[in-house]
Amino acid sequence: MDTTASSPRASRRAFVSRLLAATPDALVITGLGSAAYDVFAAGDRDRNYYLWGAMGGAASIGLGLALAQPDQSVVVITGDGEQLMGIGSLGTIAVKQPKNLTIVVLDNGHYGETGMQRSHSSLGTDLVAVAKGFGIADAFATSTLEGSDDIARRVMARAGTVFAQVFVEVEELPRALPPRDGPYIKNRFRAALGLKPF
Amino acid sequence: MNQTPAPVPAWQDAVFKVLKQGGVRQIAYVPDVGHSHAIRSAIADPDIEDIVLTTEEEGVALVSGAWLGGQRAVLLMQSSGVGNCVNMFSLLSSADFPFFTLVTMRGEFAEFNPWQGPMGQATQGALELMGIRVLRVDDPDEAEEIVSAGFDAAFQAGERVAVLLGQRLIGRKKWEHN
Repeated sequence: MDTTASSPRASRRAFVSRLLAATPDALVITGLGSAAYDVFAAGDRDRNYYLWGAMGGAASIGLGLALAQPDQSVVVITGDGEQLMGIGSLGTIAVKQPKNLTIVVLDNGHYGETGMQRSHSSLGTDLVAVAKGFGIADAFATSTLEGSDDIARRVMARAGTVFAQVFVEVEELPRALPPRDGPYIKNRFRAALGLKPF
Repeated sequence: MNQTPAPVPAWQDAVFKVLKQGGVRQIAYVPDVGHSHAIRSAIADPDIEDIVLTTEEEGVALVSGAWLGGQRAVLLMQSSGVGNCVNMFSLLSSADFPFFTLVTMRGEFAEFNPWQGPMGQATQGALELMGIRVLRVDDPDEAEEIVSAGFDAAFQAGERVAVLLGQRLIGRKKWEHN
């Protein structure tokens, strides 16, 4: 697989925007940093849960949510660095195989928030092979905007755990800052599911 | 494998009953002998998802996700696992999630393995530094009451609570067979 900077890559904001437009009811968990900004830039939704910390935890939050809400589509949208920090969670997810969980890794091969240092995924790690090795059979990569349509179909179908690595441009975009008030987004998210405060 | 299952200590049975009667739907764990009955019971219970973790911090995130989706979930781990969780605990206070964990202690009573000492002896302090209230069980007769009190504080008052299950309660680990 050619993952050099010269190969074609998707625009991350356009990709996320197209994916979420096609999955309007999905419950979305974002990793911290650029992935959260991309999701917020696509339009704030009550069904978005943005992380501002807890690095490595996005996929695991998605798993707990997917198990709790089996009739809802759950999408984790995160970056390569965040997923690498919680890489074992792919094994935990593979054991449970929730049909309604899709993990989307926006992979620019770099830690964008801290000055674009290279990450493992541009230094030899093949995240699709890792996901498959953990036991997520429906794991694949895409590098085109149209690739979001394949992911959206899987999200809506809720037919099996999905891992999608999306090669995105190495670019520093203007930050689009979602709310950082954790209790607010938690309560808003739960209210969107009809859940009451305790 | 011809091991005959050891009888379940009454306190372990009482602990699982608190979780079950409290409506827990997800039990995430890194195994320990002191949690073995709860883990077996979770696997056998069709109403409870059992989730084996590769590292305990996944469990902190997972139980938060479960709460976002309206379910009660708990984390079972050993004292060494508390150290693995430290930064992930910030999720709990930053987003004000209820949290309940049962921690089996090592490195504090009749410990054979010196490598268990540093984290075991720092476990309570590490939890408290990260804003988690600590309760403790040493007497098997108090297990149900204390675990139940911590559970209610978490899911009825929204607190972050760890119950330490003392190494004396769990008993000496047998290092040699015969």
